[in-house]
Amino acid sequence: MSKKIADATIPTIPLAAQFQRWFGRNLIRVYMVLAFTYLFIPVAYTFAFSFNDSGKSNLIWKGFTLDNWKNPCGAPEVCNALANSIKIGLLATIFSTILGTMIAFAIGRHKFKGRSTSNLLIFLPMATPEIVLGASLLSLFLVFKINPGFWPTVIAHVMFCISFVVVTVKARIASLDPRLEQAAMDLYANEFQTFRRVTLPLVAPGIAGAALLAFSLSFDDFIITNFNSGTVITFPKFVYTAAARGIPAQANVIGSGMFFLALAIVIAGQFINRRKAR
Amino acid sequence: MGKIRTPYLLLLPGFGFLFVFFILPILNLAQTSTQTPVGGGDTGQYEQTFRFQNYIDAFVENKEQFGRSFVYALIATLLALAISYPLAYAIAFKSGKYKNFFLVLVVAPFFTSFLLRTVAWKQILGEEGFVVPTLRSVGIISESTTLTSTAFAVVMGMTYNFLPFMTLPLFASIDRIDPRTLEASGDLYANGFTTFRKVTLPLSMPGVVAGTLLTFIPAAGDYVNAAILGSPNTKMIGNVIESRYFKIVDYPTAAALSFTLMAAILILVTVYIRKAGTEELV
Repeated sequence: MSKKIADATIPTIPLAAQFQRWFGRNLIRVYMVLAFTYLFIPVAYTFAFSFNDSGKSNLIWKGFTLDNWKNPCGAPEVCNALANSIKIGLLATIFSTILGTMIAFAIGRHKFKGRSTSNLLIFLPMATPEIVLGASLLSLFLVFKINPGFWPTVIAHVMFCISFVVVTVKARIASLDPRLEQAAMDLYANEFQTFRRVTLPLVAPGIAGAALLAFSLSFDDFIITNFNSGTVITFPKFVYTAAARGIPAQANVIGSGMFFLALAIVIAGQFINRRKAR
Repeated sequence: MGKIRTPYLLLLPGFGFLFVFFILPILNLAQTSTQTPVGGGDTGQYEQTFRFQNYIDAFVENKEQFGRSFVYALIATLLALAISYPLAYAIAFKSGKYKNFFLVLVVAPFFTSFLLRTVAWKQILGEEGFVVPTLRSVGIISESTTLTSTAFAVVMGMTYNFLPFMTLPLFASIDRIDPRTLEASGDLYANGFTTFRKVTLPLSMPGVVAGTLLTFIPAAGDYVNAAILGSPNTKMIGNVIESRYFKIVDYPTAAALSFTLMAAILILVTVYIRKAGTEELV
């Protein structure tokens, strides 16, 4: 409608139509900017408030300081919680990556009776809400008179991480070119040599990705942890209990630190991949 | 001989673990759900009486929270789909050599702790945040309206927190679409909308199914968003199960509720997968 009028009356395109045209062409860019703004608002907020000179309750902006970054353990509870989360995360990652990778090789590389049942058993924990996983495991521990705490939490994390490891590693195995292994066999490598020198190095990036995923799932888990950790405080648990009265700014420092660390790992990983591809 | 045994040996440790710490707990949960308090016993002491009435009592007492969980989760899933689809499409088709960079950007926010992000939303949407005063001065919301402790905040928090579970599978399946199929559709005089409806959308269905499931399942069982961003009026079934366990020590009701939630989700998922016609999810 407005375009018709514009064409008929004035030879130069009016500003509104110009904007409309620009908008039409760049709609997808505008959308991406908006979407990423939405995604990054809480991250930016967390980062900004890590510089807040706020004392104990980090609710209102009180002034800029670097103290929180210089001394992230200034609120000791935060560092204890972080240490627990890292310990639990590393143990859960090691066990779930080993168990999950073995399952992935069995399902991805072998034909056997019960393969679809195996797939179902891997899918079920992912389709079960976390609260059910957490609550059911706690009732099992209670039956056997095991007190919730550090090891029950590790066990719980291994349990829910296995499926994600299997899915990630299996996808990598499925994308392998079977001719590479055949070539190794043709060159008189035995089964073990083929696995060690050809298959494993090719699957390794998938295993590394799965381990990173397992660690971040474990590190960030709250619901299952809350049910099985008893008096052990993990980082998410600390944030949850502190949320009501305001979290110390040091928690924001650690959250932002994790963000930059993970970003660095991902970018480094991409860089290595690209160099390998060349 | 060894060859036949290999897969089973590989499966044994992992499946043994899952049997003890996933299957057994679920069975135990089923058992707990029909127990009743020991007459004259302490709080938290229960005996097996196979009282299936527990299920009906638990459901009737908490049907409101059940309904809310499914409605909130459904709205959050649809919102996440609406936000993620154009984003995944743009990254797959319009970002050229920056594809990986944008993918990292989608995941990056989720490296900051889930809890910290939710608390950040609470403060951003709170009275001291910048959103509420801005909206008030423009006159979009009235002086008395608040954004936190509302259903809006809970649903928004869930949409935000589960967004990558939607975007990544969507991207994976849209990225696999051969752009030539879209060109072919255009050559056959389909306009943009028809191409989307008849070519892009059907080809991206596996991503839509996987994404909606990966968002809906955790959202329906979530209680963190409702606890941090909501009020007693926005309690979801997760909040009820949590308080039954820890505050009231009513294990049978908590177990019955957990089991009902799991069964409801499994039935929904099965029906949905059947309807969508994609069996290969794992």
